[in-house]
Amino acid sequence: MLRYLIKRLLGLAPTLIIVAVLVFLCVHLLPGDPARLAAGPDAPPETVELVRKDLGLDRSIPEQFLRFISGAVRGDFGKSIRTRRLVSAEIAERFWPTFWLTFWSMAWSVTVGLAIGTVAAVWRNRWPDRIGMVFAISGISFPAFALGMVLMEIFAVQLGWLPALGAESWKHYILPSLTLGAAVAAIMARFTRSSFVEILQEDYVRTARAKGLSEPVVVIKHALRNALIPVVTMMGLQFGFLLGGSIVVEKVFNWPGMGRLLVDAVEMRDYPVIQASVLLFSLEFIVINLIVDLLYGFINPTIRYK
Amino acid sequence: MMRSPSSLRVLSVEDLSVRFASSERVVDAVRHLSFHVDGGETVALVGESGSGKSVSALAILRLVDHGGGCIVSGSVNFRRGNGEMFDLACASQKTMRNIRGAEIAMIFQEPMTSLNPVFSVGEQIAESIRLHQGLDRAAARAEALRMLDLVRIPDARRILGVHPHQLSGGMRQRVMIAMALSCKPALLIADEPTTALDVTIQAQIVELIRALQDEMHMAVIFITHDMGLVAEVADRVVVMYRGEKVEEAEAGPIFRAPQHLYTRALLSAVPQLGSMQGKYQPAKFPLVLMDAPAPVDAAEHPNTARLDAPPILRVRDLTTRFDVMGGLFGCVTHRVHAVEGVSFDLYAGETLALVGESGCGKSTTGRSLLRLVDFQAGSVELDGRKIETLSARELRPLRRDIQFIFQDPFASLDPRLTVGFSIAEPLYVHGVAGGREARDRVASLLGQVGLPADVAARYPHEFSGGQRQRICIARALSLNPKIIIADEAVSALDVSIQAQIINLLLDFQQQLGLAFLFISHDMAVVERVSHRVAVMYLGQIVELGPRRAIFENPQHPYTRKLMAAVPVADPTRRRGRRELLADEIPSPIRAVGDEPRRAPLREIAAGHFVAEPALHG
Repeated sequence: MLRYLIKRLLGLAPTLIIVAVLVFLCVHLLPGDPARLAAGPDAPPETVELVRKDLGLDRSIPEQFLRFISGAVRGDFGKSIRTRRLVSAEIAERFWPTFWLTFWSMAWSVTVGLAIGTVAAVWRNRWPDRIGMVFAISGISFPAFALGMVLMEIFAVQLGWLPALGAESWKHYILPSLTLGAAVAAIMARFTRSSFVEILQEDYVRTARAKGLSEPVVVIKHALRNALIPVVTMMGLQFGFLLGGSIVVEKVFNWPGMGRLLVDAVEMRDYPVIQASVLLFSLEFIVINLIVDLLYGFINPTIRYK
Repeated sequence: MMRSPSSLRVLSVEDLSVRFASSERVVDAVRHLSFHVDGGETVALVGESGSGKSVSALAILRLVDHGGGCIVSGSVNFRRGNGEMFDLACASQKTMRNIRGAEIAMIFQEPMTSLNPVFSVGEQIAESIRLHQGLDRAAARAEALRMLDLVRIPDARRILGVHPHQLSGGMRQRVMIAMALSCKPALLIADEPTTALDVTIQAQIVELIRALQDEMHMAVIFITHDMGLVAEVADRVVVMYRGEKVEEAEAGPIFRAPQHLYTRALLSAVPQLGSMQGKYQPAKFPLVLMDAPAPVDAAEHPNTARLDAPPILRVRDLTTRFDVMGGLFGCVTHRVHAVEGVSFDLYAGETLALVGESGCGKSTTGRSLLRLVDFQAGSVELDGRKIETLSARELRPLRRDIQFIFQDPFASLDPRLTVGFSIAEPLYVHGVAGGREARDRVASLLGQVGLPADVAARYPHEFSGGQRQRICIARALSLNPKIIIADEAVSALDVSIQAQIINLLLDFQQQLGLAFLFISHDMAVVERVSHRVAVMYLGQIVELGPRRAIFENPQHPYTRKLMAAVPVADPTRRRGRRELLADEIPSPIRAVGDEPRRAPLREIAAGHFVAEPALHG
């Protein structure tokens, strides 16, 4: 197991380097001149040139790349063109709200999704299944901005129970995480259901029943853990996507998250911020994948790694 | 070895009918079934797939309820621990849970999938003990250990903590038995408990069930399609056909004087080891057919083997190994020695059987011949051309001469192509025929395998297993090959279908002079079809010779062991009690550099070669 972990961590470095190269190239291929944008539309050409020099954009592309890489290795991603603040500080400020929002969204949606999926599979083609799946379909099809605004209207505006905007206290997390998790809960429910339906037809479930175990024990002890594998895969993917930040939810709830940071950075051609955020996203995905793979081994010993 | 029949009735099934109803259709899987089981007695429920034997067992345990079935009539009276008869057919699920696993236990066919992969073996046994005997964790674990000892699992203390995937099929079935017997049930239902196992392991498991039955004085319902096993274990036999009981009798009379036409048809299709003694040529099964008045003519096959001509296929020192990666950098640390220096010749019109148990390399040998898997050393000469030196392009025309029939007719036909296309595809691929010509050829091939020509437009799911295997044969014949490699081609079929397919293959051999490489684990079938036999063990041929020499005068200890393990469908030849063994088939995986010893073959009679038995005990 430890050996497997080391092997995977060693594999991390080349992946990140490839991503770094691609991101650097893509960013520099974007049309638009950051120096012009930073200097403002009315600035004379001399000012633009000064800004360019200041930003280091007057150097050759390979030289810029070397500076970017050597900085990145030391954890220094430079300064934001837009705000003139350190990129690491800029990202750190946005990362934690996004992380906790993602965490709570995932926590409730996975719990609810698993429960609905399990119930639907056990009572397949009967009314609990039908109701559960209606919820799932609505969760997937109802647009997030609409759900967010409806929730805000009811709980913040009408009832006044919860704050509508910002990210200061735990209360601020409730509405955005409900909005963000709805689609995930729906996806989880559908995944759990289909995986569970298959597992319930396995021979070992019949064996468990032939032992005289009660139906809840058969379902929760013998079937659930086996049904989790595809669910955990999906969970990892969703977690990764949500960590990237959701523009819609951040816009609706005025949430200081990664999504808006990235959009703002792209608008201003804020090269350092774009590069660092994209690198961070791929690192997140790699780490989540690794955790998912380790979870597989934990859930199902047939896939334990040597 | 008759057991003293106890007068105490354990189970009495009366007029049982089970129905599966869905919105599309209603299936009466079991109709008006009645039979009974007494204490200490073994009753065999016999029938082919779809006969309702497994459904009957699941109905007794009321597990059909979970599969969408329901008991529509009849009673299932079972003597409970307190001595009173109790009707299971109208028991509540709560009562049934107290009975399942405690008073009636069941073992299933597939040991590979019947144990939960995520729990340790010890936990799965202990769970049952905790549930029904109310022991605490430590006591239940100690009892589980005792059960593993009881089913003769070596190193039981270690096995307690391992997960099912770390065990072989035979060991898993022992675990299943330990689990089933952990609460000393009065009745054990064994649903095809040995079907998925190798023949030597099968013999061990059957022997184990018999020994435990005596120790615990248990009644056993033994569900099987294998008449050999029935003859071996059953006191009484219930023959089922399409959901109904057609015959019930003591084991002796069933085999001696079967009454119902179906029982006769079934018995006529059972290959019996030793039935070919004294015959030189393969012979068809003297089939009694349900819908034809006269039995199939089973005259000895004329000699089709052309042993005088040069061999059509010459294999020398064939060696196929697979690398097993491991370690931090994915280096090759172990190798599977699937085929180790195998040499044989195959002559036109001849059937050479490759027999052995799972993992002995017989299938890999077959696949290596066409380079479907690449081999590392040795030579394969087809009609005088060495295939190992050919490029992929040069190899293709040679592939016309060798065709395959695989084990699973469900998996070897593409479900999205019409069977007509599947049969014609080799013609298109090799540019032999197209359009009208190909369609005519398909029609004539279908006729040859006994199917009407208009089925060409249908899809595989519309056919039964036997019909699909006929389609696979038609496909294999479409290019007029010289050699057919039949890789367990009849193993997945019901016996009556198996016999028909074998008869069909023998007919084709006679008409077309085909050479067969018949890969099989079934000694009785091999005895019927082959001219020569090669016995494989751990990737090597340990004995090779004419069929009569191998079957009537086996020399290698492994051949003898294999032969002794085959159950014989004749209760009068029932073997006495044998030692309870728990040895396993060794693994062909070896560390790099640790090459296995190749035992040289010695010719002890004309054409009869035996390896020096130093390889193993």
